[in-house]
Amino acid sequence: MSAKKSDWPLWEIFVRSRQGLSHKHVGSLHAADAQMAMDNARDVYTRRQEGTSIWAVRAEDITASSPSDKDMLFDPANDKVYRHPTFYELPDEVKNM
Amino acid sequence: MENHLHAGLLRLGDDALILAQRLGEWCGHGPALEEDIALSNVALDLLGQARAFLTLAGEREGNGRDEDALAYFRTDREFTNALLVELPNGDFGDTIMRQCLFDQFALLRYEALSAQSIDKEVSAIAAKAVKEVRYHAEHSSQWVIRLGDGTSESHHRIQKSLNRLWSYTGELFADDAVTESLAADGLMPLLANLQKPWQEAMNQILLEATLVMPENSGTQTGGRSGLHTEHLSYLLAEMQVLPRTYPGAQW
Repeated sequence: MSAKKSDWPLWEIFVRSRQGLSHKHVGSLHAADAQMAMDNARDVYTRRQEGTSIWAVRAEDITASSPSDKDMLFDPANDKVYRHPTFYELPDEVKNM
Repeated sequence: MENHLHAGLLRLGDDALILAQRLGEWCGHGPALEEDIALSNVALDLLGQARAFLTLAGEREGNGRDEDALAYFRTDREFTNALLVELPNGDFGDTIMRQCLFDQFALLRYEALSAQSIDKEVSAIAAKAVKEVRYHAEHSSQWVIRLGDGTSESHHRIQKSLNRLWSYTGELFADDAVTESLAADGLMPLLANLQKPWQEAMNQILLEATLVMPENSGTQTGGRSGLHTEHLSYLLAEMQVLPRTYPGAQW
């Protein structure tokens, strides 16, 4: 579409689909400022009734774990099944756990 | 009275339909993917409003014309949209300035229509449209501010768009037998009464956009009585070609 677009910073968009659920990452977009990011997110990611709330976060403000650290960070949890709360019974009324 | 109501509803439907068709031309050509979708969303909202008002206009007319008959089988002289909405898109600044001028007007008009309780169907359609247009107005005014208060080139170009479009805004507030009769019935607002709040809203936006509101420089009118610019016929030709070539076509 246009070369100018690359001048706009990248924003990561999080949408809460309904009350009680947490915001979920849905994708990213370009926008010149926060207001435009909000407008664009509304138009791009909630046009089919997907959301009740939007967060827009500048992509450069997100600190991400490095893929090369994957083994160190996540493998040690593999053999520690006792950390899973599988010994509790969830009441039927609790949804969305 | 019924005739005036039909005419009034037709104007509402035609404004929305013609502007929807114009905005639809941006689909796939927007300055950025996000803005492309935004303009198409606005176009679809307007199309929905047009369908509702044209359907109601057909019902109140009582001659069995439905939304399709009114949209596809009238000639340019029978369309009663304001001239502003049929003007070519120009560049993105022209489009967004036209949108801003119209959105601020449409918002006031729909708010008045949703507030009356003489005709419940009209107020129900208007109440739904108010929510949509509130967002359109937010979107277009933010862009006018961004471009006006942007670079020297964007400022210069959007000011030129405003100057060019300004003479088409007077028509939005021009009353005639139709609007006066509907206003007397308490059904639709007297358009002249919307002009001051519109000017105040535009003033606010233009101030923030560091743009100068043009002096009154004559008013282009004619749209409400079917006297259009040469641009409308081309738009209608494209919009109507399929149902006119294959009447009753379905897919």
